[in-house]
Amino acid sequence: MPDGVHNAATVEFDHVTKHYGAADAKKGALGAVNDLSLVVPAGKICVLVGPSGCGKTTSLKMVNRLIEPTSGRILLDGVDASTRDLIELRRNIGYVIQQVGLFPHQTIEENVATVPRLLGWSEERRLARAGELLHLMGLEPGRYARRYPTQLSGGERQRVGVARALAADPPIMLMDEPFGAVDPIVRERLQNEFLRLQEDLAKTILFVTHDIDEAIKMGDVVAVLQVGGDLAQFGTPADMLANPASEFVAQFVGADRGLKRLSLYRIADVPLETIPTGKVGEPSAPARARLLAHPFEYLLVLDAADRPLGWASLSSVSTADQVTAEMAHASSPYFDRLTTLKDALSMLLDATVQVGVVVDPHGAYLGILTVDGIANWIREQSAAEPAQGIG
Amino acid sequence: MVEGRPLIDWTWIASNPDDIVERVLQHLQLTAIPLIAGFAVSLLLAVWALKRPALYTPVIAVSGLLYTIPSLAAFAVLRPVFGLSLLTAIIPLTTYTLLILFRNIMAGFQAVPADVLEAAEAMGYTSRERLLRVQIPLAVPLMIAGVRLAAVTVIGLATVASILGDAYGGLGQFITEGLQQLFPTKYLLGAFLSVVLAFATHLLFVRIEKAVTPWAISRESAVG
Repeated sequence: MPDGVHNAATVEFDHVTKHYGAADAKKGALGAVNDLSLVVPAGKICVLVGPSGCGKTTSLKMVNRLIEPTSGRILLDGVDASTRDLIELRRNIGYVIQQVGLFPHQTIEENVATVPRLLGWSEERRLARAGELLHLMGLEPGRYARRYPTQLSGGERQRVGVARALAADPPIMLMDEPFGAVDPIVRERLQNEFLRLQEDLAKTILFVTHDIDEAIKMGDVVAVLQVGGDLAQFGTPADMLANPASEFVAQFVGADRGLKRLSLYRIADVPLETIPTGKVGEPSAPARARLLAHPFEYLLVLDAADRPLGWASLSSVSTADQVTAEMAHASSPYFDRLTTLKDALSMLLDATVQVGVVVDPHGAYLGILTVDGIANWIREQSAAEPAQGIG
Repeated sequence: MVEGRPLIDWTWIASNPDDIVERVLQHLQLTAIPLIAGFAVSLLLAVWALKRPALYTPVIAVSGLLYTIPSLAAFAVLRPVFGLSLLTAIIPLTTYTLLILFRNIMAGFQAVPADVLEAAEAMGYTSRERLLRVQIPLAVPLMIAGVRLAAVTVIGLATVASILGDAYGGLGQFITEGLQQLFPTKYLLGAFLSVVLAFATHLLFVRIEKAVTPWAISRESAVG
């Protein structure tokens, strides 16, 4: 696509098969792929996940033709990849790998500007682009541009790898365990940063991992592959967790798939319960009346801006003239609406009072969430979701 | 040792600076030409062997065989063909560098990490761009280490080239003449200067290697 570089392209596997002969097997070849058909919609992240030897990396490498399929076609925006010029094809597909593969003899900015240089951009333009991308990846160009890869930490190198893959604004990105070589804390941060980035970039991304949690977190759609290169299931993470297509998928996603589903939802998805509240300075009689009329045993004390201060017992409300800040005991976890249900549940189980107070971005009270509330909602979701994939 | 002549005749050294400089320059010429020629040949062979790995073993075998030929014998064989010309010395000295240089250049190529090569390929480097911009630059530290080893070897072997006589003999000429004339100053000077030359060359290449690879934190040692 020399002119009109697309922001994203659909990627379609059409009965793609890759067999390895005896000669390849000697080289410790990658897993085979057997009759793979799936469509990744433009602008979506498709995670290829499965145990080692399932052909996920092979599938990825057939998109930019590092590996040629034995049979079948891979269509990029409807065009058969095998008909395109190999070099031109690769320069239009971003590629990120676990070991990063930065050029050790080039500075960070030269690394990032690699594909723009191959495409013949002027030096001024490609250095500007490198600076822009480093900034985007949270690496201050003034500090990092002139360094060499050995002078960076693993997490920083991985960011540079992503920046390099994005340099020429390719419509498609291939990422092979891109966050696999960093420690769990850095990985979590890189994943979050990348998801935030992708909201604006909206690239079509094929993402390989063996980690089911990463697949659930990163994938708009997930393709589960099993050894032998067969597609076991293709669908949204929610589909896969609610309705595993086979025993293999059920085992692969794990016995805790119910819990994993909770990470797919945020508190904003769940209807909140309401409870009696009383504002500081309010006469206690009406507050007491509200409390007595409700099965819940405690009054949530709010300040003038509706921010929760804590719980007041019936007896303390009864013995006072008005609601005060002093009668409130803060012992509940506070949630904002973007907290995942998994995190919320975890915090609830840890808390002394297993009632979570949900607040808006200004800290004002919205409602409460309980373990029962989460459990009920999940039950309703399971009943409502029909068993189907999107492929 | 002849009576009356000191081991080191400083007066002779002080009165013959032009001779000494000329011998050193001859010796540098006897070192530099085989190094450059040997490097060019080895690099071509190595690039070829990169594309056709089956070539590696035969190239090593042939260059190893050449390496075992005694230098004096080689000069003696070539002298009737090329006479007292520079070629008589250059040809065997060049062949001695091949084994060291080829092996080090290949080691340099093999030391390029697989993930770096894969990244280059995946980003759309042509194989030519990949060779020139990735493989050769990354092989430079081991290439220079090979050149350093080869240079020191050739400086030593070139002392035998004194059989070429006055015109090209280098520091070896001092050694031969000194021994023939029973004049220790000459042969000691020849030996001393060739050692100094070898050390200086070694240090020079260590410096060059550091200067051209600002990106390398640690370097692998050379094989050879």
